[in-house]
Amino acid sequence: MTWLAENGGAALGILGLAAITLLTRCFFFLSEREIPLPTWLQQGLRYAPLAALAAVVVPQVVLTPAGTLISTWQDARLFAVVAAGLYFWWRRGILGTIVVGMAVLLPLKLGLGW
Amino acid sequence: MSFAKTCARMWRDPEFRLGAHEMSATSPGIAAWGLITGVAMAQALPIELAVLMSLVVFAGSAQLATLPLLASGAPLWVVWATATCVNLRFVIFSAGWRRYFLRYPRGQRLTLGYLTADLNYVMFMRRFPGPETDPDAQLPYFWGGAVTNWVAWQIPSLLGIALAGSVPLHWGLGFAGTLALLGVAASLVNGRATSVAAVVAGCAAVAAYAMPFKLNIVVAIAAAVAVGLLLDHTAPRPAVAVDDKT
Repeated sequence: MTWLAENGGAALGILGLAAITLLTRCFFFLSEREIPLPTWLQQGLRYAPLAALAAVVVPQVVLTPAGTLISTWQDARLFAVVAAGLYFWWRRGILGTIVVGMAVLLPLKLGLGW
Repeated sequence: MSFAKTCARMWRDPEFRLGAHEMSATSPGIAAWGLITGVAMAQALPIELAVLMSLVVFAGSAQLATLPLLASGAPLWVVWATATCVNLRFVIFSAGWRRYFLRYPRGQRLTLGYLTADLNYVMFMRRFPGPETDPDAQLPYFWGGAVTNWVAWQIPSLLGIALAGSVPLHWGLGFAGTLALLGVAASLVNGRATSVAAVVAGCAAVAAYAMPFKLNIVVAIAAAVAVGLLLDHTAPRPAVAVDDKT
């Protein structure tokens, strides 16, 4: 009983989060009723996946944890992204992009503290 | 057909293998994010709730955004409103899925929906540009990627919960996830309109970073879609041969 009193709220919160995730992910295909999506929107959706990825990646490279633009070039992330980008341009492999980027990031971060 | 037989047939399907193979290239990055999310959950919640959250929520950014709220005992409506905002990009993606998924029964659509993380959408739409593309291959390809991604996330996430104290967070392992998304994003750039859309999205996401609930991502998607459409409509059209009757 004490467990429920202590953690019941958080447990309910988590079950609600599961429901919210399911509902947002299924939002437009839950119902079979006709949903008029304008053609321009259908076309524009082609850009959504790339936009979402760029929107996650760019702030994680150029912003500090406090949310301000980085003000020094001595940041391991910049070098890691350049190396990873060059690797992708050369070989077009995603796994290699991760490996090369981390191979540059870790020594700079752990060795030089960048 | 029995469930086991369906699974066995799916497992042998070359499209399942292809989906799993293409997704597995991103798995180290997803695994790094899963590990860090696992540690964050173990620090904020009792272990049994952390495990529950990992398994039933399966949405990393919403989990990370709501953990401090859950830990501090914030009102549940605040927790849920935060998650809804963070998940708004999935609502946009679901409009894209609709034309592919509507042919399956609703129960199956819910299962597919639970599994559709960001990368599933990206990979699937790259492989099947339209709902009429290779319809029989779609479900096996989807399952191959979905199972791979689910395992690549859940195992490190549960490990992170179990080993929370001994994971070196200061190494910056999470950057592997960023690099995975960078690689996938780069693979989607093919020409002027997509390059411009990606740059616009990146700039918009930085400019709007101060917005709460990760709404900067939704702003970035809206901006990139608008610019992409604009470029589609202003692109020089290929010359059409004129029937010259002189």
